[in-house]
Amino acid sequence: MFPSRYWREIPHRYRLEAGKCTGCGFVAFPRRLVCPQCGQREFETFKLKGEGELLTYTVIHVGPSAFVDDTPYALGIVKMDDGVNITAQISDIGLDNIEVGGRYKIEFRKIQSDGHSGIHAYGYKFIPIR
Amino acid sequence: MIGITGYGAYIPRYRIKVEEIAKVWGTDAPSYKRGLQLWEKSVPGPDQDTITMSVEAGKNALIRAGISGEKLGAVYIGSESHPYAVKPSGTVVGEALGATPDCRCADFEFACKAGTEAITCAMAQVAAGNVKYALGVGADTSQGAPGDALEYSASAGAAAFVVGQDNLIAECELTYTYMTDTPDFWRREHEFYPQHGSRFTGEPAYFKHTFGCAKGIMEKAGMKPEDFAYAIFHQPNGKFPMRAGLKLGFTKEQIEPGWLTPRLGNTYSGASPIGLTSTLDIAKPGDKILVVSYGSGAGSDGFIFKVTDRINEVRNMVKHTVWYLDENKVYLDYGTYAKFRGKIRKND
Ligand SMILES: [Zn+2]
Repeated sequence: MFPSRYWREIPHRYRLEAGKCTGCGFVAFPRRLVCPQCGQREFETFKLKGEGELLTYTVIHVGPSAFVDDTPYALGIVKMDDGVNITAQISDIGLDNIEVGGRYKIEFRKIQSDGHSGIHAYGYKFIPIR
Repeated sequence: MIGITGYGAYIPRYRIKVEEIAKVWGTDAPSYKRGLQLWEKSVPGPDQDTITMSVEAGKNALIRAGISGEKLGAVYIGSESHPYAVKPSGTVVGEALGATPDCRCADFEFACKAGTEAITCAMAQVAAGNVKYALGVGADTSQGAPGDALEYSASAGAAAFVVGQDNLIAECELTYTYMTDTPDFWRREHEFYPQHGSRFTGEPAYFKHTFGCAKGIMEKAGMKPEDFAYAIFHQPNGKFPMRAGLKLGFTKEQIEPGWLTPRLGNTYSGASPIGLTSTLDIAKPGDKILVVSYGSGAGSDGFIFKVTDRINEVRNMVKHTVWYLDENKVYLDYGTYAKFRGKIRKND
């Protein structure tokens, strides 16, 4: 994980900042340069509220090297109440208890640490609303 | 008047019982539970640390304050478990809460009183007129060495306070600090676990500074224990704060709402601040609250708060502290706990 790439993604990873097309209202998360709906290039910052419904999920048993200690873990797609779908890890729930259709919210968590000496990368994960 | 505009707590959902730790080290669980007056402690998940808990506690505090993060002119995090040795926790927390870039920031350390020091400095910035609102946080994910008495108590949690001059939920009437150089607990650079002076941590350390601070602030305020509705003391275990409070002349009823360690463990910099959040959750307008922290090394910060009418509007805006404590928990076995806490050595 390069610090520069991580740093560029801070607005959406830390604060759920999406881009809302000033032409047609399309919400892009993460932000895009060009609106896929109307082709316009102007977006205003739009902060997602961070709650939604689980559309689907999968369980990762063989993870990439940064996540080997976390397996098995769940990755889910949540349809946010603001209209966009977000993919993220699901935390704070046993894998047997995850149900499609359940309500989830975003919490700020550590996503990975770069070995013993690199940076800690923070961002969003889904946790069930209790 | 300076005071608290919003407050919030965060406690991870994992717990481990004293019995589970005692089983591994061959110790007598009932005698530890009796000696420490503590039966379980919180454990952070592998994706949680001082920074993540500070962000969540900070979000709760901002909701109760009724302001957005960009209104914060300072973010101060007090902890003895900052995730980096060099690089502030507060920059991540400030960025996540939307306080950057127009924001002062520093991390504080003073063993378990780093949190109340951060809150004191937040108040000072507001009092000096440098900023309108400031965030002070006490948070820790502390560790005791495996098998050490500290392992039964060292736990995880955070409390955050938005400090300001308007929309107060509690006015701060007085602060006072009692501090000496006392080597009761320390950790040298590159050492993984702290060391402590065993029995030396009691009378000349915890009790001397807690009594010195509590008596000092009450004397300055011209107040007696019966003038307070509640009192919160630093709680390295369940026994010390109750013994200190009773000896000072407070009743069990005044201490209990903020006495969480028996089922939370010692959250270090978060301990008395989290106790204050659970007390504010039930306090009534007009109640006076005494808070006395303690940090090894050693010192105690004291605060006298007076709760305002606005408490009734904000307390239910987010989940109460006892919800995090009692309603949302999962027990771990020692192996999973050891893995979560990085106590198991692996190859790269
Ligand atoms: Zn568009």
